[in-house]
Amino acid sequence: MCTVCGCGTATVEGQKPDHKHDHEHSHEHGGHAHSHPHEHAHGDHPHDHHHDHDHDHPHDHGHDHPHGEGGEVIDYGTGIAGVHVPGLSQERIVQIERDILSKNRSFADENRASFKAKGILALNFVSSPGSGKTSLLVRAINDLKARHAITVIEGDQQTSNDAERIRATGARALQVNTGKGCHLDAHMIGHALETLAPDDNSLLFIENVGNLVCPAAFDLGEAHKVVLLSTTEGEDKPAKYPDMFAAADLMLLNKSDLLPHLDFDVGACIAEALRVNPRLQVLVVSARTGEGLASFYAWIEARSALARKAR
Amino acid sequence: MHEMSLMESVVEILREEGRKQGFSRVKKVWLEIGALSGVEPDAMEFCFDVVTRSTLAEGAQLEILRTPGVGWCLDCEKTVPLTERFGACPDCGGYKVQMTGGDEMRVKELEVE
Repeated sequence: MCTVCGCGTATVEGQKPDHKHDHEHSHEHGGHAHSHPHEHAHGDHPHDHHHDHDHDHPHDHGHDHPHGEGGEVIDYGTGIAGVHVPGLSQERIVQIERDILSKNRSFADENRASFKAKGILALNFVSSPGSGKTSLLVRAINDLKARHAITVIEGDQQTSNDAERIRATGARALQVNTGKGCHLDAHMIGHALETLAPDDNSLLFIENVGNLVCPAAFDLGEAHKVVLLSTTEGEDKPAKYPDMFAAADLMLLNKSDLLPHLDFDVGACIAEALRVNPRLQVLVVSARTGEGLASFYAWIEARSALARKAR
Repeated sequence: MHEMSLMESVVEILREEGRKQGFSRVKKVWLEIGALSGVEPDAMEFCFDVVTRSTLAEGAQLEILRTPGVGWCLDCEKTVPLTERFGACPDCGGYKVQMTGGDEMRVKELEVE
């Protein structure tokens, strides 16, 4: 699309487009080379021309398409704005088209590459506050520590209570306090990894800030998000907070030991969760009684084996 | 306060682009925010003022372009408007709708000097 007038002007390299914006102007590029790297969404015509020439000429088009013919190139797409608008100096508008989360994504990619190189299975545990993430982790660490080296990153706004509970199991844990932040981001995890230096072929459990909204949007580089939902929270949570259930690969329905005392419809809850995420796997567990945990451990073992094999 | 860290990322992008493209003041920022992206434009505006203080974008104007939610209904085999991310197809009422647009969160353009 032409970004000046909005008309459709799909251009094929080597072919002249047939629409014009008539205006006349003359400008000088004082013999300076400018290469403005800009990332933008239309990935189908890369242009990274450097040009280094004087021109002083009237002409009657100004849209950002590549001219396929050889020789002299006049390409408004390489100006600072990536587009030319009559009456507006190019220096004033900058088109950047950058994804707001791209920064986080690049940190997440680094973390993921580091996990892969070391055969580490990283799991990102997310849930609302009080659904039993820390209790579940404490129990899982006690049950798995004989066979796996396990390290834990604990995210909370304040206090290091959770890291202390984890350390009591003998596992190494690092508390990350996010202050006012509502989620962990990939950059924080990168820093935590420098301090923690998890062993090769180990398990890394990341306990995110208790929040069913924000952590869904932030990739930490983990292999899987595991969402916990406790039976005391109500079966419509997946409908109310769909993003989190869509982002997760495994849902643990925790506190199953309380089911006899509650009007919680397990089937309806799973149905809601599958509606937002048809690929979601679901296990019904109790961190207190241990019900269902054998299947959760088998899930971890299988994925840890895959992570070690992919190394 | 998810919006706060998003806006911090925006300021970080502005700083990076300022270094790369040689500008030192940002006067206006256009963001493209999809209707299904899960962020509140009002909250973003509020956070923008806070996080741009003493940066190259202090006092800059924020313009938010909302893009509508769209999806592809597998049963109707067509593109349909979506008002919620995992909502039903407005025509057939089924849930076999894959979101195809409306979750964008992008810094689109800047006015700089």
